[in-house]
Order: sequence, then structure tokens, then C-alpha cells
Amino acid sequence: MADVTQLIHDYLRHNKKFPHVFCAGCGHGIVLGSLIRSVHALGLPKDDVVLVAGIGCSGRMAVYVDFNTVHTTHGRALTFATGIKMANPRLKVICVMGDGDAMSIGGNHLIHAARRNIGVTALILNNQIYGMTGGQCSSATPQGDISMTTPFGSLEKAFDIVDMCKAAGASYVARGTSFHAIQLDRLISSAIMHPGFSVVEVFSPCPTQYGRKNKFRNAVDMYKWLKSNTVKVETLKDPTQKPDDGRIPIGVFRDVEEPGLEERYFELQRKLMGQNR
Amino acid sequence: MKAPQPIDRFEIRLSGLGGQGLITLGRLLGSALALGHGYYVTQTQSYGPEARGGSSRADVVVSSRPISYPKTESLDLLVALSPEACNSYYRLLKKTGLLLVDTTLVKHAPTNVYLGLPFTQMAKEQIGNPMTINTMVMGAVTHLLPFADARVMRKSLEANLPAKIREVNAKAFALGLKQAQRHFGDAGGIWAAAEENGAHSEDDIIV
Amino acid sequence: MAVQRKKRKRRELFALGNEAVAEGALLAGCSFYAGYPITPSTEIMEVMANRLPLIEDGVFIQMEDEIASMGATIGASLAGRKAMTATSGPGFALMQEHIGYACMVEAPLVVVNVMRGGPSTGLPTSPAQADVQMARWGTHGDHPIIVLSASDVQECLEMTVTAFNFAEKYRTPVILLLDEVTAHTREKITVPDPDEVEILSRVTPTVPPEWFKPYADTARGVPAMAPIGSGYRTHVTGLTHDVMGYPTQRPDEVKDAMLRLFRKIDQYYGDIQMSDEYMLDDAEVAVVAYGSVARSAHLAVEQARERGAKAGLLTLKTLFPFPRPAVEKLTHRCHTVVVPEMNMGQMSREVKRVNNGRTKVRTINRVDGQIITPSEILKAIL
Repeated sequence: MADVTQLIHDYLRHNKKFPHVFCAGCGHGIVLGSLIRSVHALGLPKDDVVLVAGIGCSGRMAVYVDFNTVHTTHGRALTFATGIKMANPRLKVICVMGDGDAMSIGGNHLIHAARRNIGVTALILNNQIYGMTGGQCSSATPQGDISMTTPFGSLEKAFDIVDMCKAAGASYVARGTSFHAIQLDRLISSAIMHPGFSVVEVFSPCPTQYGRKNKFRNAVDMYKWLKSNTVKVETLKDPTQKPDDGRIPIGVFRDVEEPGLEERYFELQRKLMGQNR
Repeated sequence: MKAPQPIDRFEIRLSGLGGQGLITLGRLLGSALALGHGYYVTQTQSYGPEARGGSSRADVVVSSRPISYPKTESLDLLVALSPEACNSYYRLLKKTGLLLVDTTLVKHAPTNVYLGLPFTQMAKEQIGNPMTINTMVMGAVTHLLPFADARVMRKSLEANLPAKIREVNAKAFALGLKQAQRHFGDAGGIWAAAEENGAHSEDDIIV
Repeated sequence: MAVQRKKRKRRELFALGNEAVAEGALLAGCSFYAGYPITPSTEIMEVMANRLPLIEDGVFIQMEDEIASMGATIGASLAGRKAMTATSGPGFALMQEHIGYACMVEAPLVVVNVMRGGPSTGLPTSPAQADVQMARWGTHGDHPIIVLSASDVQECLEMTVTAFNFAEKYRTPVILLLDEVTAHTREKITVPDPDEVEILSRVTPTVPPEWFKPYADTARGVPAMAPIGSGYRTHVTGLTHDVMGYPTQRPDEVKDAMLRLFRKIDQYYGDIQMSDEYMLDDAEVAVVAYGSVARSAHLAVEQARERGAKAGLLTLKTLFPFPRPAVEKLTHRCHTVVVPEMNMGQMSREVKRVNNGRTKVRTINRVDGQIITPSEILKAIL
């Protein structure tokens, strides 16, 4: 067995939950692999890692891995993660959400998690569609695209997750793809070690529900598209502007050191209790 | 603490305008009677959504036995610091109940049997702080409650106020108490008269 | 050996019902509060905001809405905390999905709902008791739940402690229903010394992690609970799960999981169902009431007795599981049962169901934002 495969097996739960639910060609498995490699590379004990997931295809990721795992409700994973982090700030809390999960139903929680800079890592697996319910449009489905609920093309603009999280005050914001797996390892590792709220948006293809309806012949086409339609943000002349050719910038968009809410809270508590003594 | 003297449901309503500190007054009065004197006390309030202006009231029920129904049904003492409050709650007074008004604001009481002091004017002119009207009323009410010990009331008031505003409110309390003593006469006498004649009667109501 | 006798520290306060709830929570060991302001429950949150930061590891957080408040509360509970949130009608409606989640994952926590006039924004500063059936059935799916109520300020403190104890003992969300009158009445309360009060905490696993089955059945039907981060790496999910916590659709596993959820509450009805009896021994007319209306009823029964009527009062402290035995007894003995409540008949529905046509059930209903007065109840008794 290749080393990397062997490594993944060290982190999977073998006592029940296989085969997994992901379709052939789905990008989510690649993100899970990247997450496991990052945790391993950082040397984090499994006991200290909490994977909190929402509802949807990405939400199913939690059950497969041998961390503390919480599969929550649709859109609300960040609220549980906030409670867990505040209750036990020692834990590394990683929140896995889909685009509909994090941006549509859970948009309010996302901007507030960013605003309060809670020490949680949000992994947003953007497949631009509601996969599990059979391919309906989400707030990340590009304008004009076809889905089960936009059979004549979507009329609404898609959210730009990176712009949104930056505007809301997240202190670490990055974007990667399931195609750029090695870069993704780096992005996720730095996100986990970042104090305060960190967001990694990952473009992760859904050949079954999104690709088929939008002129991608197969999964491979979708990965090829990711390869040719993305550009490393650091190679752009002006990284604050979107490229004119429509390519999607990937990389780190913001990385500033600001103490997380839990650090500020317990600092205040130490002060108050010192005064009271 | 002295054993409280027996009283069965003595009902007080403190009414007027939002911003006069009536709910604070209810809390201070209730706290002094409950913790200072050892009575059973329930204090409830009613207020609109506005923080200032609008009508406001706090009710206090005092008893030497446990109180079941926490709200007021027929009042023994109505304090009215606005004409609207006076007119709307006057009819809830018991036949033997007392009406105390702020004569600065209530120019035409619905009865000619009532007690009054110019609280607003006194707070402005003699204390120099209109915000102290509620503690001044507490002083006057203390005089009117035959079961309240003025010393205990003052101590409790001081214990419940932040240091910054303690002194000015203690002054207002003392002034309210003194003016009530001077103008209303002995509390026992007032209640005895009310018991005998009825402090007010239906005929007194001016429509 | 010298025995050191610690002096008991009791505190007397002149406090609001809402403040007493916060005192009760802290007494019960609550160390986590997440909430969102809403009238008439906000004082609970304000006291917690002042007190929790001064307690070792105490956490207070204001969330962006009530959905988030419940989410954070559940998260904290899973991480081992005794956690609480408080709200009122509209916020309670928003919490319902997560209350179901808490039932499903068996997260011990306390939700306080101070009821105000509804539906919708309704009467924010006026009392009502119209969320009784929502507290029982608000979340989707079949589920057992414990719903408690309190009628005076001291009881607000005591029932909050009981709510935490039930939550921990039965691993379930417990809902404490107050109405605006109880929440906003000030009375003298005694906060007991922590040593005087029975405080229960959840059972944690004693077996090594590799043997631990997080949702295994036990004699009590309540599995041990391992806090996140304690070395027991479990899976928690709102999906119907097997004894390992993994999602399952196998009918036998689903049935076992569901029936255990019910059984862990059902078999302890005797412990959970609490009510107070007043003058019921020879009563011919019984009033069944809860919350602040029970206080009006108390005075009405006193007044009825003074007039020679044989009246009595059953105050329900547990609303669900509905205290059937206590009510059933009355329907055998009395010729009339009076049920006054500030709604159109949510609890009288339960009383009538238990009564099964045996005796007359008279309802008094008010939905105008006013408390039911003793004289209204007295009229119904006489």
C-alpha cells in the first residue's frame, strides 16, 4: 500500500461506516484526504481534533474519520462549533460545510463567526449545487447555470465566498480546489494553526448533479476545467482585483494575526478574577 | 429584625410616567419591606415598549402571610404622579384607601379627599435633581405606612443604591419623609380617619 | 478526628423570577450560557452576562439569533458543560429544530421559555401560557420531552435546579416554561448554600475508549456520556443512529433506538411528574392550574373555602410528561374540575383526555394579555 493511502487508513473508522456515500469523481474525498494529511503533518492528537459537519454531501464526511465528530443540522454547524470551542478552547475545531450549507441557510452564522473571530476553521466545500437532494441551485451556483430548480438558467448572482468572509472580518481567508491537492494541504494546515476564524473555500466538483447539467461530459472534464480556469493569486499583478479573463484566483487572500474570541474572553476572565481575588 | 406586625394583603400602586423611576421605586420599596422588615412582598410592574414617556406603574403587595395572587385587585394606597395615572387608577382604590398625588403635576384630583405634596417641584428646587422624585415619594410613603420603620427603610434604600447617587437620594428620602410628617399628621390618625369615614366616597369622583 | 462544620451560606434576595432562574442555574452548576435578547426573558441573559465571566471557566456568549444560541448550547453540552439558554415565544419557535437535535443526540441542557402573548410578535410585554403544546410537540418527529413550570419566584430558582438535574439524569433537553407574570414579579427568595442542594451530573463512561458504546442501552435506558476531548472519540449525529452513534436505517436498530428514547423517560414518570396539592382531601371542585395562574387559583380556593365551598387546587409543576395520576384521582372524586389558563385550552385538552368524560371539566381561558384573576376563578368554582 502506498504510504499516503496507509496514512489515510490510520485516520478512518473501520468499525462500520463503509462504503462511503460519495459518487465517483466527487471532489470531497480529495478534501478529506487533504484534511487528514494536514492534521497528521501538524502532529495533532486525534483526541484534540473535533470535526463538526453540517448537512449535505460534505456533512457525511464526519462519520468516516476517527476524530471527535459531530454531524449537526443544516447550516448551523458553526454554531455548534462555536459552543464547543468556547466550552473547551484547547480543542482544534474544524467545521466542514457545503456551499448551500454555509452560504445559503447558514450565511448568517458564517458572517458572525467571521465577525467575532472565533477560533474555528471553516472548510467550505463548494460544489455549486445541492448535491444530496438531487441537484438544486444554491447561492453559489453561477448565474445562468442549469439545476433542477433553475431549469431555464439561474437568474441570481452567486456569492463570492472569499469576498464575503473577508468583508465580514475573518482573519484568514483562502481558496483552493480539489484539483490542486498539494496546495490545498498547505492552505488547510495554515488555516488550522491560525488563531481566530479561518476559512478555506474549496472548489470541489460534483459531476453527478452539477456537471451533467452544465455541459461537462465527465468528471475528468471538471478537473481539467479547474486546472485551466484558476490562477494563483500571488501571480496576479493586482491581487485585489479579479482577473479580466474570468479565471478564479486561488491561494491565501488574507492572513492577519488577531486573537480569537476565546482567547480574548478567557483573558478578560483572568483579569476579572484577578481583581476579585 | 422585629417580628413583622400582622397585615393581610396591603396593596400599593405607584403610577405615573415612564422616566419617573417608578419601577425602581417599586423595587426599593419592596426590597425594604421584604428584606428589611421581613414581610412577604410581591412587586410587579406594567410598562409600554417606550423607555421614556408613556405610562408606567409598579405594584407592591405586602402581607405578613404568604401572598398567593401577586398582582393588585383593590388598592390600599395609590400614588399618582401624573393626572392620567390618577384618573385611570383612582377607581381601583378601596373605600378605605388613600390617594397620594404629586401636586405639581396633578392639578385636579378626582376627589377632594387626598394627600398631596409638590414632589416634582421639591425635587427640582430643594434637591436640585428631578431624578430624585422617586426616593422622595418613598420617604412620604414610608410615613404613610404604619407598618414601615423609617430607619429600616432608609438603610435599605442606601444599601440598594450605587455610591454615586446615594447621598442625594438619601436627602430626597429625608425631605419626603419630613414634609409628609409635617403636612399629613400622624399616620395612625390618617388611617383611622379613612377607616371611619372612607378616605373618599363615590360622590367625590369628578367626571 | 475533628469535624469541621462549615457554616451554611444562604443568601436572601429581593429578586425577579428571571433573576431567580439565573441564580438557580448557577447553583445547579451551569457554566455555559448562549442566548439572544428577547422580552420578557432578557434579565436571565443579563444576569448570566454579569456572573459567568467571574466564575472559573464560566462562559457567556451572545449569539446572532436563537437558532445559533441553541446550537452553541448543544455544542457546549457535548463538550461536557452544563449549559442553558433562555428565550420567549418567537425565539422558542426558532429553537425547535435544535431541540429535536438535542433529543436525538441526548444532549443534557435547559431551555427557559418565558411565555408572552402570541401568535407571532403578539404582546411582547404581556403574559400568556400559549406555548404549552409547542413545548411538548414543537420540534418535528416523535420524541419524549420534559417540560416544567414555576409559579412563584422561589420556585423559579428551585425548578431551574430541578430542570438541570433532570437534564443530567435523563440526558435530555428540559424545558422550563414561565409566564411573564412569574418572570417579572419580584419576591424575597433564599438562595441556599450549594451544600444543601442535591445536584446531579451526567454519568461518564468507566470503560476504556475502545470498549465504549456511546448509545448502548442500560438498565436506566440512559447511556453514559463522554465529553468531547476526553479521549472517547465518538460520532454524534441527528440521523437515527445505532449503539455506536453511526447512522442506521436498519428497522431493528431504529426501533431499539427510538423505543429507548421513550423508555428512559417513561419508566421514571413517578420521579418526573411533580404537582402540589392544596385543600384537595375533601374537595368537590378542583382547580388544576400552573404558572402564575396557580397563584390566582390559590387565592380563589381560599376565598371559596371561606364561603363554605369545598374547593381545592392541584398545581402542576411538571407539565409533560403530563401528571396523569394526580389529575385522574381528581376526576374520580370531584364533581367539577376547573382549568384556568392564559390560552384557549392547551392544558385543559390534556385534562379532558385523562378525564375521559367522567366528570365536568370547566375551562377559563384568557388571551387578552391579562392574568386570570382570583375572582374569575372563584366565579367558576361557586
